[in-house]
Amino acid sequence: MAERERRLARPSGQVFIPRSFVMSPEDVKRALVRIAHEILEHNRGAANLVVIGLQTGGVPLAKRLVAEIKKIDRRDVPFGYLDVAFYRDDIGIRPVLPEEVTQIPCDLTGRTVILVDDVLFTGRTVRAALDALADHGRAKAVQLAVMVDRGHRELPIRPDYIGKNLPTRRDEMVDVSSEGVALGDLVSQ
Amino acid sequence: MTTPLAKRRHLLSVADLGREGIVEILKRTDTFSEVSDRAIPKVPALRGKMVATLFFENSTRTRLSFETAAKRLSADTMSFSASSSSMKKGESLRDTVETIDAMGVDAMVVRHSSSGAPKLVSNWVNASVINAGDGAHEHPTQALLDCYTIREALSARSGEKSEDFSKLRIAIVGDVSHSRVARSDVLAFAALGARVTLVGPTTLMPSTLEDWPTSKTCDLDGILQDVDVIYVLRLQLERIDEALFPTLREYRSRFGLTTERARTLREDVLILHPGPMNRGVEIDSEVASGKNALVTRQVRNGVSVRMAVLYSLLASSGHTGNSVLGASNGGKDEFEDAPRDGDEIVLQTPQKTRAHRG
Repeated sequence: MAERERRLARPSGQVFIPRSFVMSPEDVKRALVRIAHEILEHNRGAANLVVIGLQTGGVPLAKRLVAEIKKIDRRDVPFGYLDVAFYRDDIGIRPVLPEEVTQIPCDLTGRTVILVDDVLFTGRTVRAALDALADHGRAKAVQLAVMVDRGHRELPIRPDYIGKNLPTRRDEMVDVSSEGVALGDLVSQ
Repeated sequence: MTTPLAKRRHLLSVADLGREGIVEILKRTDTFSEVSDRAIPKVPALRGKMVATLFFENSTRTRLSFETAAKRLSADTMSFSASSSSMKKGESLRDTVETIDAMGVDAMVVRHSSSGAPKLVSNWVNASVINAGDGAHEHPTQALLDCYTIREALSARSGEKSEDFSKLRIAIVGDVSHSRVARSDVLAFAALGARVTLVGPTTLMPSTLEDWPTSKTCDLDGILQDVDVIYVLRLQLERIDEALFPTLREYRSRFGLTTERARTLREDVLILHPGPMNRGVEIDSEVASGKNALVTRQVRNGVSVRMAVLYSLLASSGHTGNSVLGASNGGKDEFEDAPRDGDEIVLQTPQKTRAHRG
């Protein structure tokens, strides 16, 4: 979602200025390995799993998570991605434009879905994603994995797997990229 | 001035979009195309929005296409046709559209036999107006779906999606003078860089082609081997009341895409037709159903393109229709992460970067 926020920031002329780096690329990698283990422990293997990344920030993390799961369990877990623009509750309030095509690899009915995003903030993106998933079948269970939980939830949603709990102010911004995780501000130019 | 559709209120002409606007819609249509391919092809994106189709002229595919598009986005639809309305009692166009606007419509899809009617309507109403064909002027969504269909066929061949048509030579064949499709298509194809040639009898060509980014010829056979795309127009017999060509048979023999003629075309040529087809006049049945013909893809893609258009106009913050959220200020202050009144700390000045990269 950080990616999304950054892009949306553009029309208002604001840019993201990192203030401190809170996770290095190695930290992110270690967190992913741990989460992969937690997922396999919790679900007793990878047999019935589907990993779905949320566009756009969750997709690279979801890909890496699938690779980590394969290293441990030697199984290819189906992988897909989801753009939730059409399911958001703020359509018409701010520009909500679909960015990428949704691709769900199989019918989700009876499967356990691991939803992956980079940052969990208000919970509204996840709420939209749950609605979107329902259109692709009745999953047996949906679990949520995020790299950063920054708080400020507006809906009763909680993650099952967390890379890092990061206390933030509401007006700060969290950016997850290949360079790790940074905390910073949106600043008017 | 051309601006992207998401910042516009109306879609009246391809000329308003420009290259960037066209490319933006083509790219966005991919996401809507995916929705159409689902087992349940419906998303809640435009819940609570009302789309009215106002057809002052007959139509099957355009109207059904817009209604399908609106329904796939969960918008409500309302339809109006002139023949069964109070216009029969003499109500004017203005009174009619203002009445419908007053019911709280977010978008009006307007088709009219007079050029410029949708533009007039857009001056009178609060709703977003989409031109679904006005006289011999324009039919912008048709041009967009044609571009999307060509892009789709090319990407199936090359494996990559490209909006650059600069390697393409496109022939538009037939009744150009009565065709709004031709006008919109010429603008769109040329904006994407294609070389466009108009083919038809001089009597069916517009009186002046001065401003058109095209070449023209009366010799269809002479160019057949050179074209990558052949766009066959419908002979608009209902608009032709004088002798513009001797007989339908002669028209067919010189300008029809007959089975014999189709054999001389390049192996990988793409054949498009906006429909409805006069089979056996401008195009032979065998050609229209052949492997190079994209006619049914055009119809299918029409729904996805119109979803993209409706969504871009109605979901953007520039939309000031009749929705309660209409008075948005460009969405600027509505970001989830924007500072809100009452927050204890609001940073106004950029803090010095303490731990910068590197």
